[in-house]
Amino acid sequence: MTASEDAVETKGKGRSWRDVDLRAVAPFAALALLLIVGALVNPNFIGFTNLANVATRSAFIAIIAVGATFVISSGDLDLSVGAMVAFVASLMILFMNSGAIADPSLMLTAAMVLTVVIGAGCGLLNGLITTVGKIEPFIATLGTMGIYRGLTTWLSQGGAITLREPELQALYRPVYFGSIFGVPVPIAVILVVTAIAAFVLYRMRYGRHVVAVGSNRDVARYSGIPVDRVRTIAFVIQGLCVAIAVLLYVPRLGSTSATTGILWELQAITAVVVGGTALKGGAGRVWGTICGAFILELVGNIMLLSNFISEYLIGAIQGAIIIIAMLVQRSLVRKS
Amino acid sequence: MNPDAADGAPVVLAARRIAKSFNGVQVLFSVNFELRAGEIHALMGENGAGKSTLVKILSGFEQPTSGEILLDGQPVKLPPNGQAEQLGIVIIHQEFNLAEHLTVTESLFLGREVTRYGVLDRKFMRAETRRVLDQLGSHVDENALISSLSIADKQMVEIAKAISRDARIIFMDEPTAVLSREETNYLFRQVRKLREEGTSFVFVSHKLDEVMELTDRVTVLRDGQWVKTAPTAILDGESIAQLMVGRELSSLYPSKQEPSVDEEVTLAVAGLSTHYVKDASFEVRKGEILGFSGLIGSGRSELMEAVAGLRSRLSGEVSVRGESVPGGDVHAANRVGIAYMTKDRKHKGLLLNSRMTANLTLQSLDKHGHYGYLSPKSEAEALERARRRFDIRVRDGRVVAGRMSGGNQQKLLLAKVMETEPDVIIIDEPTRGIDVGTKQQIYHFISALARDGKSIIVVSSEMPEIIGLCTRVAVMREGRIVGILEGEEISEQEIMRYSAGLKKKTAA
Repeated sequence: MTASEDAVETKGKGRSWRDVDLRAVAPFAALALLLIVGALVNPNFIGFTNLANVATRSAFIAIIAVGATFVISSGDLDLSVGAMVAFVASLMILFMNSGAIADPSLMLTAAMVLTVVIGAGCGLLNGLITTVGKIEPFIATLGTMGIYRGLTTWLSQGGAITLREPELQALYRPVYFGSIFGVPVPIAVILVVTAIAAFVLYRMRYGRHVVAVGSNRDVARYSGIPVDRVRTIAFVIQGLCVAIAVLLYVPRLGSTSATTGILWELQAITAVVVGGTALKGGAGRVWGTICGAFILELVGNIMLLSNFISEYLIGAIQGAIIIIAMLVQRSLVRKS
Repeated sequence: MNPDAADGAPVVLAARRIAKSFNGVQVLFSVNFELRAGEIHALMGENGAGKSTLVKILSGFEQPTSGEILLDGQPVKLPPNGQAEQLGIVIIHQEFNLAEHLTVTESLFLGREVTRYGVLDRKFMRAETRRVLDQLGSHVDENALISSLSIADKQMVEIAKAISRDARIIFMDEPTAVLSREETNYLFRQVRKLREEGTSFVFVSHKLDEVMELTDRVTVLRDGQWVKTAPTAILDGESIAQLMVGRELSSLYPSKQEPSVDEEVTLAVAGLSTHYVKDASFEVRKGEILGFSGLIGSGRSELMEAVAGLRSRLSGEVSVRGESVPGGDVHAANRVGIAYMTKDRKHKGLLLNSRMTANLTLQSLDKHGHYGYLSPKSEAEALERARRRFDIRVRDGRVVAGRMSGGNQQKLLLAKVMETEPDVIIIDEPTRGIDVGTKQQIYHFISALARDGKSIIVVSSEMPEIIGLCTRVAVMREGRIVGILEGEEISEQEIMRYSAGLKKKTAA
């Protein structure tokens, strides 16, 4: 059962409850359960302000994880995304500090375009090393992770890179802190990115190719699908998603350092897997991924609001979540 | 034949009124089955008749919904997941269960390695492996990597593995599907030898001639029901086929239609070489069915993959209606109308975890929308058309390809290839592992396509198929086309002479 058809058919003409794929529903059921637990722990939890806050904070991981859904669905893996965030963000801030363009709004536009181009370029590099260089994606992106991280440390000379221009800061601030029709901008961006990604993955030829390449490369090749191009484009999409996350990240703090985005690759992969996408490729669930990213952030939030678990255990809890998610998925596969 | 053993010998394994349902769908109805010591018992039936389910139940991989299993006359509940091996019941799967990176010895002792003081006793294991292989008369090197072995030798290793585990009852599911005639003969010799020593075999196969040749008794299933068990000696191929299908098989092959000599040449291949194939030249005319025969490993599939752009070529020209096709470019080959249907439908043909629609349109997504957008409606219509045209019978249109029967998978694969609207269709092993009823259908599809003016190449290891379908037959041997036969020349003996290297003529 491919994810693509699930998505097409969930709007369902006459689907009975027996047809529902439990694996697709599981992440949303887990989310509902968490919301109930949260409400019991602390009444403030369920309020709109708190939930909107949680969603806003999950934006970075959510958007990166949407890209990771493509890479993982096509049977690859990208470990470099966390380092890529730091690298791309550093270059963006350095460009804005350079004062190359006098007019602030023009400068900001140019910086944003540049960010998207650099992100796509980093993704392309990952893709080419993996496909043309025929290196396992795990190793290839482990290498570029070191490169992107190292370059960031060098650019910042071990310290922080901070956006200096106050005018630019003021102009850029609303991109993270503002809202459109009452919806915080990051949440709107998540929804737009995910909707586009879902459309591409479920309704476009490229999406079908991704699923085919991820489930069986030989079948894809024998069907005349340009396997390497499909994989490379998935890495580029991942780079674009990282760039979008950077666009939201920079106005938040106006600063980056060598430790920006550390372990984000693991959180992104966790979100993808919790969302029901198979790590071995062949089935992508974009909305599930968003749900997974939200779950990760919610768990942290609940721990903060409750007093009986130390917030320093967040990492451990998130680690446990990915294992539990895999166990649940596997048991669902056996039953179906 | 070994009637003595079959008659008086004690029953070692029996199924009494076995029934099985999956999710409320009954697939076996009160089936009885008896296997005697030292007999080779054929289990036959169309795809979906319940053979595989019965085999799984008798080897412990599935538990029956009702009924009982008797081992040496005692009711038993067979342990799951292959643990029935300890009772001497071994199943040799259609797809081999050998890890490619292990050596023959390591494979044989996998899971029950012999140790001395906690350290692997490699010397003992190697010697033991050699002994078993010698006993089988196999020359496979006990230190060779599995990945380096031919398919026939892998099969031998599977059998050696079974013997080394003191198997008394061996289930073989389509063991000859991937073997050449010689390799099959070799396998049969080993099987007969083991039968003399009292081992019992259950032989699942679609090949009637092999069943006639090898087995002592035949049990036929149809639609999950037991139909008949009888000594092979009193049956003939025709009667077994009728029992399986439940109707007369008027003609397995449609009547041949020879294209006229002045019909245009659609596909021309000249001097094509790859690393293995040497200097292959041939032509196919409009409406023609050209056969490619030869032993396994004679380079037929490699040649066809090179023609279809799936493999790069070192030299040579491929052209369709005079238009040259660049090498190593599947897309270009598709564009000019060449389509290749792989023989390996499970690994190279279909996405087993995807539904029929995704599989059907995978090769022709351009047809179903604009600017990369896919129209679900257009795809659904394509599926409906394909299901009607190729008679794909499934209860639920949303079933994933991996859950479909072999015959339906093959029809879906053919439909998928035809979606690209090719003029030249290369069909590699059109009927591997499918039942006789579906075979007949596929032959008629192929013949109808040729009558429609398509040019068709059939690559097959089944001689009757080649002889029954094709008007010209190219024979390959060791990477070369050693002869192209026409008309009266097309006979089993003649093809054999060419493929064995006894005869040779330069390609036309």
